[in-house]
Amino acid sequence: MKVVLINLAYLSASILFIYGLKGLAHPRTAVRANQMGALGMLLAIVATLFDKNILSFEIILLGLVIGSAIGVFLALKVKMTEMPQMVALLNGFGGAASTLVGGAALIEALKMNTLGTGIAQTQFTVSTAASGLIGAVTFWGSLVAYAKLQELVKDKDIPRFAGQQIFNAVLFGLVLILSAWLVAVPSATLAYWLIVLVASVLGVSLVINIGGADMPVVIALLNSYSGLAACATGFVLNNYSLVITGSLVGASGIILSDIMCKAMNRSLINVLFGVWVPAESGPSGEQVYAGRIKSSSAEEIAMLLDGASRVIIVPGYGMAVAQAQHAVRDLVQLLETKGANVEFAIHPVAGRMPGHMNVLLAEANIPYEKVKEMDEINPSFAQTDVAIVIGANDVVNPVAQTDPKSPIAGMPVLDVISAKSVVVIKRSLSPGFAGIPNPLFAADNTVMFFADAKKGVLELVSALKEA
Amino acid sequence: MESVNLLIGTLTIFVLAMFVGAEIINKVPPTLHTPLMSGSNAISGITIVGSLISAGSKITLLTTILGLLAIIFAMINVVGGFMVTHRMLEMFQRKA
Repeated sequence: MKVVLINLAYLSASILFIYGLKGLAHPRTAVRANQMGALGMLLAIVATLFDKNILSFEIILLGLVIGSAIGVFLALKVKMTEMPQMVALLNGFGGAASTLVGGAALIEALKMNTLGTGIAQTQFTVSTAASGLIGAVTFWGSLVAYAKLQELVKDKDIPRFAGQQIFNAVLFGLVLILSAWLVAVPSATLAYWLIVLVASVLGVSLVINIGGADMPVVIALLNSYSGLAACATGFVLNNYSLVITGSLVGASGIILSDIMCKAMNRSLINVLFGVWVPAESGPSGEQVYAGRIKSSSAEEIAMLLDGASRVIIVPGYGMAVAQAQHAVRDLVQLLETKGANVEFAIHPVAGRMPGHMNVLLAEANIPYEKVKEMDEINPSFAQTDVAIVIGANDVVNPVAQTDPKSPIAGMPVLDVISAKSVVVIKRSLSPGFAGIPNPLFAADNTVMFFADAKKGVLELVSALKEA
Repeated sequence: MESVNLLIGTLTIFVLAMFVGAEIINKVPPTLHTPLMSGSNAISGITIVGSLISAGSKITLLTTILGLLAIIFAMINVVGGFMVTHRMLEMFQRKA
């Protein structure tokens, strides 16, 4: 009877999780949805405490207290600009938990002789191996992603060696062999820990050479892995709520990775394994920029903005790095009091994770109705007086649509160049991640404002106040 | 035979849940993609269910330690994930 009730509680938790994700379809319902998800988790945890195998609660309590304390600390301390790192870290912890549970389940099953026979045993060992593999790859991959996003390691410091792909393939092959060993001889717990070890190296090796601008894809994918790891653990424990929840998260991550890849016109394989070769052909920065760059001052730009009736702001990673979102909000309010209609154009891969820019703008109290997706806003650039690009580069590079030989050829970009005037706030002419010059900066209708995003916007605000 | 059916049952749930996930996630607007990731992250901490049993059933010292570590990791994921998602979603809501 107790088991039935516990399982019904798991079912209710799964339903609450589904509603929790469903409510994210709109900002209005999202807060409640998230609370429903949290309620589902509470229900699942409390129900589990009634499991007949649980003999004592001290260790459980200890774990719950330590984990909650760290979780609360991280959640309250993190800055909105650091959200990509935070999500990467949390992904990793989910993966680690799956790996540890898989290992514990294997040892317990051996000790208690509950391994089963035939298909049941094979299901157990295969899914245990999968928990170990996916969990460890997720954990170490996420830690590397965290270190890169937090700039603890710099892209240029990372050694590259020929045959990285072969190395990864060998590691993966090794995991398969070790898994076969575990399936054949379930009592070989050593095989499990070796799987975890090799998968850990694989996790580091897979992520370490992926560049900053590809991080949105990697984080989305690791998100998916953390779900799949939970799913595999569900197969180990024959627990439906783990399988359901893991699948939901797995599907979410896969869909987000796919959206990101489409927004860069690259395949997932290319992002993960492609070696990014900076364009050797194509024009150099000197050829594109020489004599055509018009550098402007805050006062001149303020005059341009003073008469504008429609303005579109295009934020990029530079806005996040400079923490310029609040200054941008001040600029928007000032422009609006002067009668301009101001909207934001967000490229799907702007920033370091999906939706990164939207969160920063929300933090600065900019209503989400003003924040438009690329496909929605692109046709209106032609009717726009001034487009202000803040710390973005590749996502506004017209070459993507005009030069089929360019490394970013075919990537959908924001049609900034169609605006009557373009203001680019950028520290220098240094290329973006794609390593190619941007003809937008040299266009007849573009003026450059060389400044840090925050400082630049603040100067514009004070110049505009005097205009 | 029974264990085959059990496996097929679990696989069925796995596949159907994937479809449900795809349907729901496709309706989440890009503006909420970051909270979607942190929120889905939080619920992937459901692994805590397995870790509670390992830590509480005290079968061997090693499994208890593994269970304890797993609870800590999963709980950071759960509490950190839901709270940080809440922080973000509130920012979206106050202008609505």
